[in-house]
Amino acid sequence: MAKTGVYTFLVCVLMGVTAYFSFFVAPTESTMGLVQRIFYLHAPSGMVSLMAFLISCIGSVAYILTRRPKWDWLAVSSAEVGVAFCTVVLLTGPIWAHPAWGVWWAWDARLTSTLVLWLLYVAFLILRTMIDDADRRALVSAFFGVFTFLDVPLVYGSIWWWRTQHPQPVVFTSAGLDPTMRKVFYLSWLSLTCLMALLIRQRYELESSREELRTLEQELEAT
Amino acid sequence: MRLFANTAALVGKELQTEFRSRELLITTMFFVLTVIALFSITFDAAVSDPKSVAPGLLWLAILFSSSLMLQPCFLKERTNDTLSALRLSVGDPFAIFLAKLVANVCLLLITELLALPLFAVFFNVKIMRVFPQLILVFLLGSIGIAVTGTALSAISSQARMRELLLPMLLLPLLVPILLASTEATAALLGENPALRWDWLAILAAFDVVFLTALWLFGEYLLEE
Amino acid sequence: MSERIGRPAGLKFTKIEKRFGSLYALRRLDLEIAAGECVALTGRNGSGKTTLLRVASQLTRPTRGELAFSGLKEGAVPAIGYVSHAIMLYEELTAEENLQLFGRLLGIAEPRRRALELLEATNLAARTASLVRTFSRGMKQRLAIARALLNNPGVMLLDEPGTGLDTESMVWLANRIRELRDQGRTIVMSVHGESALSQLATRAARLDAGTLIADTRAGATFQSVFAVGEA
Repeated sequence: MAKTGVYTFLVCVLMGVTAYFSFFVAPTESTMGLVQRIFYLHAPSGMVSLMAFLISCIGSVAYILTRRPKWDWLAVSSAEVGVAFCTVVLLTGPIWAHPAWGVWWAWDARLTSTLVLWLLYVAFLILRTMIDDADRRALVSAFFGVFTFLDVPLVYGSIWWWRTQHPQPVVFTSAGLDPTMRKVFYLSWLSLTCLMALLIRQRYELESSREELRTLEQELEAT
Repeated sequence: MRLFANTAALVGKELQTEFRSRELLITTMFFVLTVIALFSITFDAAVSDPKSVAPGLLWLAILFSSSLMLQPCFLKERTNDTLSALRLSVGDPFAIFLAKLVANVCLLLITELLALPLFAVFFNVKIMRVFPQLILVFLLGSIGIAVTGTALSAISSQARMRELLLPMLLLPLLVPILLASTEATAALLGENPALRWDWLAILAAFDVVFLTALWLFGEYLLEE
Repeated sequence: MSERIGRPAGLKFTKIEKRFGSLYALRRLDLEIAAGECVALTGRNGSGKTTLLRVASQLTRPTRGELAFSGLKEGAVPAIGYVSHAIMLYEELTAEENLQLFGRLLGIAEPRRRALELLEATNLAARTASLVRTFSRGMKQRLAIARALLNNPGVMLLDEPGTGLDTESMVWLANRIRELRDQGRTIVMSVHGESALSQLATRAARLDAGTLIADTRAGATFQSVFAVGEA
C-alpha cells in the first residue's frame, strides 16, 4: 500500500514538472503561440495509448494460452487506460486545431487513426458488458482484443497511405522540433507512461479484488 | 487432406441450405440496393460531382449490408445445436470457419455483382471496361469482410444485443478495407482507369493477417 | 449393424469441476465407468447430468479436473456417439443429406451407403428424401440416433433420449438401446426416473448439485438411486 502511495506521489511530481516545463521552459512556437503547448499532451498521449493497447493485446494472447484470469484483468485494465488516453488525444486535437487553424476537426493521419482506434477499443469494452459469464467473457474479449490489435498497424498504414495520396493543407505535425521542445516532448512522454502504468496497476487491483469477492461469494454459496 | 475434404463438404452444405431458401441472399441484396439508392438520392443534390463519391458510397453500402448478412452465420447453428454436431464430426474445427468463410465470400460476391449494374446506373459510371479488375477488388475486399465477419459472428452469437453488436464490432475493424477498396475502385472508375497495386496489397495483407489469426485462435471461439 | 463396432472405452472422471460464471454445474466429481457398462444417470433438473455428458463427449471443457478414456490404443481418440436434448440436425436438409454430411465429415468410407443403411435401421427409409423440418419429434429423435451411430461408436452418450417420445417410439428406443448394450458398447444415458430405459441399465448413479450422491457400484440398490425423496 505504502509503495503505491509513494509511486503515486512520484507520478504526480513528474506530471507537475512536465506541466511546468511545457508552459514555462519550452519555447513558444512562432506561428501558433500559446496553444501549441497542448502538443506536449496531445502527441505523447497518442503514443501512450498505443503502448497501453499493446499491453492489452499481450494480456489477451496470454489469457487465450494460459486461461489464468490475471491476464484478462490486465487486458481490460490496459484497454480502459488506453481508451482514456485516446480520448485525451481526441479532445486535445480540436482544442489545438480551432485556435490554431480555425477548424474543429481535420482528418489528418494521426487523428483519424486515433479515432478508429478509440472506436475499436470502446467496442471491446462494450462487448465485455454484453457477456455475463466471466470465463466466456474473458475468452471472447481476448479473441477480439487480438483481432483489434492486429488491425492497428493496418489501420495506421492504410490511413497514412490514404493521407499521403490525398494530402491536406492543415496538418497537426510537430515538424522541425526545436531541441528544447524535443526534450520537453520526451519528458512528457515519460511522465505519461508512468501515469499509464499507475492507472493500469490500480485498475488491475480493482479487478483482482472484484474477482476475489466473487470467489468468496461463490464459496459461501457452495457450503 | 481431411481439412479440405471437410471444408468442401461444409461449403456444400452452407450453399445448399442458402440456395434452397434464398432468404438471406434476397434480403441482403435488396438492402444493398436500398442503401445505394438512398445514398444516391442524398448526394445527388448536395455534391456537384456525385460520381466522385460513388465508390465510397458503394463500399459503405457493402459494409453495412455485410454486417447484417453475417449475423446469422453462427447464430443459426445454435437453433438445433448443430454446432455441437459439427464439432463432434470434424477433425479440425478450422474447417467450420473456413467453410463459412468461403460460403460467405460467395454470397457477398453474388450480392455485389447483382448490385453493381444498379450502382452503375444510379451514379452514371462505366463499369464494363474495367469489369475483371473490379471483380478482383471485390474479391479481395470480400475476403477481408468475410474473414472478420465470420469470426465476429461466432463472438456475437455468444453475447446479448447481438444484432447491434456485430456491426459495432465489425465496422471499425474494416476501416482498412473500406479505405483500400474505395481507393482501388475509384482508380478503376476514374478518367484513366488504373489498377492500384498498392491498395490491393493492403487488402491482401489484411486478408492474410486475419485469416492467419482465425486459423491460430479460431477453435477457442467454439469452446464451451 | 453388421460392421465392426468401434472399441468400447471406459471413462474416468477425476475431480471434474465445471463452472458457468458463478454457477457450479459440476463439483469435484469422481466417476469411473468401465467399458461395456450401461449406466443410467439420474437426478433433478440442474443436477449436472447434461454437463457431465457434454464433458464426456468432449464438447465442454471442464474448468478443472481430468477425463481419461481406458481400453484404447495409445493416443487413440474414442469414437463417441452423442444424442442430446437438441436434435443436432439441419432442418433445411433431408434425412439422407444430414447423414451423408456428417458421414463425410467423420471420414466414413461410402457415406451414402452408410446413411441409407442407418435410415433403414431406424425405420426412416420412407422419409429419406424429406426435409427434417417435416419430421415429428419421434422421427427427429430416431434420426439423431442414426447420426450418433454413423461411425459405429464404442461409446454412446444419450441425454434424456426419451423426452417427448410417444409410447411407440419409446418402445423402439428401448429396443435399440438394448441392442447397443448387448453389442458391448459403453452406454451412459441420463434419465428422469425409472422407465423402460432405466431398466436396461447395468448400473445407476444419482447426481445432485453437481456431485455424485448415490451409485449402485458403491452398493446402493437401483431402487434407492431412483427413489424420489426429500432433496
